[in-house]
Amino acid sequence: MHLSDTASAIVSIGFHGLAFAMVLYLISVGLSVTMGMMGFVNLAHGVFAMLGGYVLTSLMKDQGMPFPWALVGATLAVAAASIPVERLLYRRFYGGDELDQVLLTIGLDFMSVAAATYIWGPLQQPLQPPAWLSGPIDLGLQHFPAYRSFLILCGAVLVTALWLSVERTRFGARVRAAVDNLRMAQSVGIDTSRLFMATFALGSGLAGLGGALGADLLAVNPGYALQNLVYFLIVVAVGGLGSIRGPFFAALLLGITDTASKYLAPEFGAFFIYALTLAVLLWRPNGLFGRA
Amino acid sequence: MLGPEAVGSFARRHRYHPLEALPWLVAVAAYFAFPTYVPLGAQILATILFALSADLVLGYAGIVTLGQAAFFGAGAYTAGLLATHGWGEPITGLLAGAAVAALIGLLSGLVILRTTGLTLLMLTLVVASMLYEAVNKASWLTGGDDGLQGMEVWPIFGRFRFDLFGNTAYLYCLIVLFLCWLAVRRLVHSPFGRSLVGIRENVRRMHAIGAPVGGRRLVVYTISAALAGISGALIAQTTQFVALSFLGLDRSGTVLIMLIIGGVGRLYGAFIGVPLYMIAQDRFSTIDPVYWFFWIGLLMVLLVVFARGGVLGLAERLQSRVRSRR
Repeated sequence: MHLSDTASAIVSIGFHGLAFAMVLYLISVGLSVTMGMMGFVNLAHGVFAMLGGYVLTSLMKDQGMPFPWALVGATLAVAAASIPVERLLYRRFYGGDELDQVLLTIGLDFMSVAAATYIWGPLQQPLQPPAWLSGPIDLGLQHFPAYRSFLILCGAVLVTALWLSVERTRFGARVRAAVDNLRMAQSVGIDTSRLFMATFALGSGLAGLGGALGADLLAVNPGYALQNLVYFLIVVAVGGLGSIRGPFFAALLLGITDTASKYLAPEFGAFFIYALTLAVLLWRPNGLFGRA
Repeated sequence: MLGPEAVGSFARRHRYHPLEALPWLVAVAAYFAFPTYVPLGAQILATILFALSADLVLGYAGIVTLGQAAFFGAGAYTAGLLATHGWGEPITGLLAGAAVAALIGLLSGLVILRTTGLTLLMLTLVVASMLYEAVNKASWLTGGDDGLQGMEVWPIFGRFRFDLFGNTAYLYCLIVLFLCWLAVRRLVHSPFGRSLVGIRENVRRMHAIGAPVGGRRLVVYTISAALAGISGALIAQTTQFVALSFLGLDRSGTVLIMLIIGGVGRLYGAFIGVPLYMIAQDRFSTIDPVYWFFWIGLLMVLLVVFARGGVLGLAERLQSRVRSRR
């Protein structure tokens, strides 16, 4: 059974939009929590995603590591690398002056451009998916690229796991408490300093995984962190700071709008996304799921 | 402080201090002392105006913006498009650049200044990105990615031709900067400027005493946009080229850096930070343009961690230490 042209265009926009949304969500959810919980504007969050992409491609190309292990390696490496950054630099600026945070993290963005050029060169690092993920697969309605289908599947599993762990585990309860009311959380004996570190590492690890999985959607190159910053910030601002669920719907909105506008009106570029963001934030300045 | 003493302190505040003549003396001296660097000097002077516009919104009104390049680029493209379409008169070009930038500032400000904090920061970035995308896609008009070429700028007042050595450009930028600086200085020392500082320091109290906070922020945002527009138009006219990067996030970021190096909210930060940054960039980036960004990023991190307030902040701290010793 195959669909008519219009229906197939709609299905294909939905499919590619969903894949893009998964990548955006994985990268941005950590940023949302950092901003909501620690009150820290981390404009250098994209650096962790970029690092994930670089680690994945180098592990596969230079070490010949199989794709799934390289994914795990990239996630762990980024999470580990984020801990010293948090302990030595970010911690002292939590809840502080916004301008300081902006300057500090833009400075880190600039450094990342040069550092990535130095280590991996100025060219884009292509992702070579393994043979079992290349080419199309038939999902009944029509043929879809296997890699994108894998992306959506991975994203869905991770999102479910993340939501369950935030809703059901003790760690998740602590995170929710600290986002809701930091002082109260401290006074009931939650070690917020350690909690910040753990959350930050988790968020960065997810960003690294998102950057690695999404290497064919957001090209891995030295300018990554600054080029894509506006996307990550839109997801967080539209979703609502500190929310775990909000960024998911924001990413879905952004991913599908972006794909649809590239498909239907490429001459406008990213214009529609910005207009949509402006409209949403005027309607709800705290984002879709943010609290006033 | 009480009564007459307080009044005296306010009266003294806007009297001219001899030190304020220093930047202008240096600028004139540099013109004669370094003839080969005059073209760079003109760029520095025009960029000081850009940083001054950022100081007005950031340092005085306390609006953290990542979209100042939108107004800079709007001014540059306005002046550039006029000059490529047969109107190369420089002064009206500047005014048109200022008007278009101010209009964009006013319209976007009406919409985005209702928000605060991160949302506002985001929206300044979104406005700049929208403009970037619009200019990029309208390549039939703007040249898109290749930039706007083929500007023909007429002589100033029909007499002073823009020469190859950049002498006219330098003096043109210097005079425009001086006039704008006079206006900005007057603005920040006026009751309006004081109320901006009040808004920056304590918004709630300003609301409570009945200050029209929203209106004031919108006015200063528009004025700052106009100044950034003039700065962009100056650069477009003196280099006869407008690049898409004029609207980019890099440009909004670097102007903040230059301002921070000098010192924010002090009116003179721009005069120190911009020359320091641009001269260092001229020296080092020709050796290695990519790694230049590494060092500037590192410098920012160190400044934020160790030296808040930039060069002027350090100078103030030294001064107060010397005073307390006496």
